[in-house]
Amino acid sequence: MRGQTPWVVWAVCLAPLAMLGYQAWANDLGANPISYLTNTLGDWAFRILLASLAMTPLRIVFGWSWPIRLRRLLGLFAFTYAALHFGVWIVLDQFFDWPAMAADIAKRPYITVGMAALVLLIPLAATSTKGMIKRLGGRAWNRLHSLVYAIGVLAALHFFWLAKKARTEPYWYALVLAVLLATRLWEWGRRRLARRHAAAPVVSRAASSGSR
Amino acid sequence: MLIKRAPRFKSSEITDQKLYVRRREFIAGAAALALAPLGAEQAEAKTPAGAPLKATRNAVVSSTEPPTDFQSATTYNNFYEFGTDKEDPSRLAASLRPRPWAVQIDGLVAKPQKLDIDQLLTLAPLEERVYSLRCVEAWSMVIPWIGYPLSALLKRAEPTGQAKFVEFTTLVDPEQFPGQRKGILSFGGLDWPYIEGLRLDEAMHPLTLLTVGMYGQVLPNQNGAPLRIVVPWKYGFKSIKSIVRIRLVSEQPKVTWEKQAPQEYGFYSNVNPNVDHPRWSQATERRIGDFRRRKTLPFNGYGDLVASLYTGMDLKKFY
Repeated sequence: MRGQTPWVVWAVCLAPLAMLGYQAWANDLGANPISYLTNTLGDWAFRILLASLAMTPLRIVFGWSWPIRLRRLLGLFAFTYAALHFGVWIVLDQFFDWPAMAADIAKRPYITVGMAALVLLIPLAATSTKGMIKRLGGRAWNRLHSLVYAIGVLAALHFFWLAKKARTEPYWYALVLAVLLATRLWEWGRRRLARRHAAAPVVSRAASSGSR
Repeated sequence: MLIKRAPRFKSSEITDQKLYVRRREFIAGAAALALAPLGAEQAEAKTPAGAPLKATRNAVVSSTEPPTDFQSATTYNNFYEFGTDKEDPSRLAASLRPRPWAVQIDGLVAKPQKLDIDQLLTLAPLEERVYSLRCVEAWSMVIPWIGYPLSALLKRAEPTGQAKFVEFTTLVDPEQFPGQRKGILSFGGLDWPYIEGLRLDEAMHPLTLLTVGMYGQVLPNQNGAPLRIVVPWKYGFKSIKSIVRIRLVSEQPKVTWEKQAPQEYGFYSNVNPNVDHPRWSQATERRIGDFRRRKTLPFNGYGDLVASLYTGMDLKKFY
């Protein structure tokens, strides 16, 4: 399984794109193909982003190390889908109507935050190579890449604000995001506590072990 | 993974293109037939959705634009009683039973009454009217509806002098409308029943159509069978579907989407390119089947006929 996992990620992440390609070829994108393309690409961008954010929690909860190696590929796929989602909006939906798009980005909060999420993904994608990690140094790279949490929140807001009030999907995505971020917070708190424990006076440690 | 669902329609149920192209002859023939005394009885016999329905084209108010293809008009629409996805209504339509069906007309009327769908079908001569339909979500269609002016029905009930508004109610029945079922996880959806309303003069306007069919057929379930209204100068959600009650009232009714999000959906909801939805622009729309967006027209292009209803009103305030 070890060596094959990236291929599973490739297959799973390319499948929606292949499906869209097939549907386009078969003229089966529904009554409103542009809206369908935009929504489907956006859905998958968010899903894959959540998948990339699930890798660290998998390690925290189950102690597995292999998920971490899939994180970069998932992140790059999330970026790819987000870029395609944006591309469809520019080319097919708005058809290069730059003034209308500029007005929308400024005036429509859901487009503003969606745009912000995409822009923030660019530096992450650009610094995803081993070489860039070395050049930036692990600490700086980690700090830069913690932007992905903000991106997750922006994506959730984007979905909330564009959907009609009666829809439930945005709540489910936000719930998954909240669980994934909470796992990290919990781990972070646990470590801090452990560190404080480690630094605590010997007496109390002896006492606590004695009481066992 | 994308799950493909089998369409509820068999391809054999879709109007044959050859027939469709010859629809004018067909309608002319139908009109002649409708004059025969047999007409009423025939209307009673053609119960199921999709059965042919005869009507005379009203060319005066009909759009000259080509109608949206039948497939799109019957598989892509909002009808939250079935579900919030646009494919839900056509996918789940079979659970609705449009027969038997009765409509209660009451409130501030001299003659409250309960009318059976067969009586409603024959109350006035059926007309075919090609209207454009503009959804508040900025897409639009052109649909050949069949019906007669709502005013014909309202006049029968004789609204009293106090009646100022008309309130419409859609059927509530979670068995027939899966979107109305309540479960632990179904915190979304709307408050049922779906309620819509019009000012009495809007309801009496000759463009306001009591609708029982489309594309030469009895109204399909997913499009609001067995009867709905169509108000072409307002956003689509004002054209309430599957009506069971029409009540004449003196106060402006509290309507569903206005209750849901008052800052986004007003009581009037006239199509207006100059008043944006708070979250998106209403200046343009995508006609289903077109690639490029087109400009949205004030009152959806029916301004000549309806703008006078709103003389002196600030349409930015009464959106």
